[in-house]
Amino acid sequence: MSGRGSAQRLERNAAGRQVPVRVNGEPAIPFAGVGKHKPSGRRAAPPLATAADHPADGNKLVPTLKAALKKVGLKNGMTVTTHHHFRNGDLVANRLFDAAAELGVKNLRWAPSASFPCHAPIIRHLDAGVVHHIEGSMNGPLGDYTSEGKMRGMAVLRSHGGRYQAIQDGELHVDVAVIAAPTADPFGNANGLHGPSACGGLGFAVADAEYADRVVVVTDNLVPFPCVPWQINGNRVDAVVEMEKIGDPSQIVSGTTQITRSPDRLLIAELTAKFIAASGILKNGFSFQAGAGGTALAFAIYLKEMMKERGIRARFIRGGSTKYLVEMLEEGLTDYILDGQTFDLAGVRSMGENPRHVNTTPFTSYNYHGKGMFATMVDAVVLGATEVDVAFNANVVTHSDGRLLHGIGGWQNCLFSGCTILAVPSFRDRIPVVVDEVTTLCGPSELIDVIVTERGIAINPRRKDLRRAVRGSGLPVRPIEEIREEVDRLVGGSPAKARTGRKVVAAIKWVDGTVIDCVRQVL
Amino acid sequence: MPQSAEAGRRGPDVRSDCWVRVTPKRSGGRKISVKSKVESMYGEAIRAQAEEGLEVLGVAHATVDVEDAGALPFVLMARLETAARRAYGLEVAEPWLPEAIPASRRPGEKERFRRSRLYLPGNEPKFALNAGLHGADGIILDLEDSVAPAEKDAARILVRNALRTLDFGAAERMVRINQLPLGFDDLDAVIPENVHLVLIPKCESPQHVEDVDAKIRRIKGEGGRRVYLMPIIESALGVLCAFEIATASVNVVALTIGLEDYTADIGTQRTEEGLESRWARSMVVNAARAAGIAPIDSVYSDVANEDGLRRSVVEAKQLGFEGKGCIHPGQIRVIHEAFAPSEEEIDKATRIVTAFEDADAKGLAVVALGSKMIDPPVVRRAHRTVDHALRAGLLAKDWREAQ
Repeated sequence: MSGRGSAQRLERNAAGRQVPVRVNGEPAIPFAGVGKHKPSGRRAAPPLATAADHPADGNKLVPTLKAALKKVGLKNGMTVTTHHHFRNGDLVANRLFDAAAELGVKNLRWAPSASFPCHAPIIRHLDAGVVHHIEGSMNGPLGDYTSEGKMRGMAVLRSHGGRYQAIQDGELHVDVAVIAAPTADPFGNANGLHGPSACGGLGFAVADAEYADRVVVVTDNLVPFPCVPWQINGNRVDAVVEMEKIGDPSQIVSGTTQITRSPDRLLIAELTAKFIAASGILKNGFSFQAGAGGTALAFAIYLKEMMKERGIRARFIRGGSTKYLVEMLEEGLTDYILDGQTFDLAGVRSMGENPRHVNTTPFTSYNYHGKGMFATMVDAVVLGATEVDVAFNANVVTHSDGRLLHGIGGWQNCLFSGCTILAVPSFRDRIPVVVDEVTTLCGPSELIDVIVTERGIAINPRRKDLRRAVRGSGLPVRPIEEIREEVDRLVGGSPAKARTGRKVVAAIKWVDGTVIDCVRQVL
Repeated sequence: MPQSAEAGRRGPDVRSDCWVRVTPKRSGGRKISVKSKVESMYGEAIRAQAEEGLEVLGVAHATVDVEDAGALPFVLMARLETAARRAYGLEVAEPWLPEAIPASRRPGEKERFRRSRLYLPGNEPKFALNAGLHGADGIILDLEDSVAPAEKDAARILVRNALRTLDFGAAERMVRINQLPLGFDDLDAVIPENVHLVLIPKCESPQHVEDVDAKIRRIKGEGGRRVYLMPIIESALGVLCAFEIATASVNVVALTIGLEDYTADIGTQRTEEGLESRWARSMVVNAARAAGIAPIDSVYSDVANEDGLRRSVVEAKQLGFEGKGCIHPGQIRVIHEAFAPSEEEIDKATRIVTAFEDADAKGLAVVALGSKMIDPPVVRRAHRTVDHALRAGLLAKDWREAQ
């Protein structure tokens, strides 16, 4: 990998943002507009293998992770991946880099589907050069480390769908995938449904299993063949490692998911549900997606009440699933839950026993370089954001001070729904959320339809249909500039611009692999 | 030499507030040091604002330390002014006022809904910021029981600034002052800020009302906007004087009851069933109705118990109350729903009002609905129900045409 320290050449992309044209030495395409960049060529593929090289008894067990890494030939400069279904309870990624360090391997590229504060120990491996840079998400200590320009390479942030796309397109070649599996057999069949570290689905590891040159499954619940259902197919697995403990269950799923008690957030949630009803989206056979954040959960509960009152049944709900979505499924308010990740124990149980609670993957839901994706078929989605601007652009990765704060997650992919609603407070503490111009662009205005704040609802001028639909509903629809001005007055003027240097520390990818924006080193 | 003094709060759990210490010096000018959660975005703004404030407050030489957890400018101003006043006492003559927003000048109304009134602790900024968004009929900035005795001065300044800066929407702007004579100082601070209504706590005699009324007149000057009064009956003696209190001033528009203090005063405890206070509540309703003003019930304090609140409002409505206090925005909707007339009630009321108007147009003295004669009080109640339904948006303005 090259590009270290050399001056970065920037180009203005279609969204007007200056972006690097090389990322870690590889050429990168500036964002060309939504749907404008057309890929060509063929999908990537792992090397062919033969059953002749694998044990006939199906036993691929290797005693330790270190031995497995040695077996699959981990070398300097390789790309290794992990998934984030264990969220802040993951124990495997840290063990993986400890083992890599023991093997004396350097300059690895780590491409997790997301990282969490529990991965702070990896900073040691970044400092020591075991890990060269991260492509995934950065928050907490890793976010600060990256923002302060300490990482050797440039970070790359992708959405869940963008990660699948990048791996599939060969843009992100995975040498070794390490898949933490709550249940697995010695052949490598694995699922997330059972075992002490049960997390529901394993959708985020599907691209890794399918496209990586080498695949290692790590489990703390080894069962004799066959492990069913096999969310991860053992035919793609090189080695299986049994470990005492792969996750901290208390951090993987919560026993109970908490709804917000903040009156302001409840107000935002209620306004959002009322908007969905007033706009005519709420009708038999409709679909929606809402995450597990406090406001999104409260929204789902308000919506549920409206559905019950009006006798409306959804065709499907997209998860992140929680007990609230499970209740809607079990009360017959939706035909299906199409679930990307499972946030609580009720979700895990339901996915395990209810055939209408369906495990989905970033391929089916979010991959932009496919023959369609589920995300465009969702009628309405409710998301958060760290900033939205008066042009309806939004930021989800950095704080207004320029620091990396969140990964993109499925956020960019969800923007393709029929009606994309950002449900956000107009300011947090003193920091405005509705701003003149977003610090970092993650979502372009043409895909963001509605901003719901506690101070009113702003509808993107492009969506004249939505404006017409809610006219006369009594909802507090206001121009976004008016909300911004009110917030500005309250907080005492716009904040000082983030103090950043020239160095680009992270590239923000769009769902098609182009670069939509970048993040500079904070000073 | 004045002593160092501090104001506000700091610590990991503090939000939307700040802590300020002013240490007077003999010379050396002003030294301001700021630690802020929003340093990179507002650090400079905070320093500039502190500098400006010290100038206005006449502090030439001092060390000022600020620890900020995202306080809005009006909060920072209040904390700095409080710390300066504590340090310099009477040497600080002028207040340091934030600009008053146009919405803060909206006049009050005598006749209006007072179904829900939301109590906000006067020394806690974070609850006040968005309080106007939740649809309460009234918002009470409380200087009394929710404020610790040592923080009365701080709360007074913060409430004053909040009244100038925050948009409370259509809500009636209310302040609960302290018991007299401390309450007089509260009035000095808040009455110039367009308070619509003052709640007088522990009211036991018409004299309390007259004293408050006179003090407000002195502050406002003759010809100023009227400030309405809502005495709170909170003792056995208060209940016995309820009618005299209700009629002590033309500015008294509502009478309410505080049950925690009342039950303690009569030597018992408050229960969910409320048997112990039934008589007192009825007395308050009776006194208010006799005086032609609105009877308003106490707060329901179990925030998590929505069903309990609903039952309590239904009971209050049955006793004759028109409103209820709340301590969480989540209670507002329940209160409004429970006080609202039912569809049947509205339907019946509109038919009676229509019959009355028909009879009136024909010059008939007797109102009849079908074969039934309608008594004047029933007509009055029907008018009240229609009015309530109109204001709560449960009845279209053009309902007469739809009939």
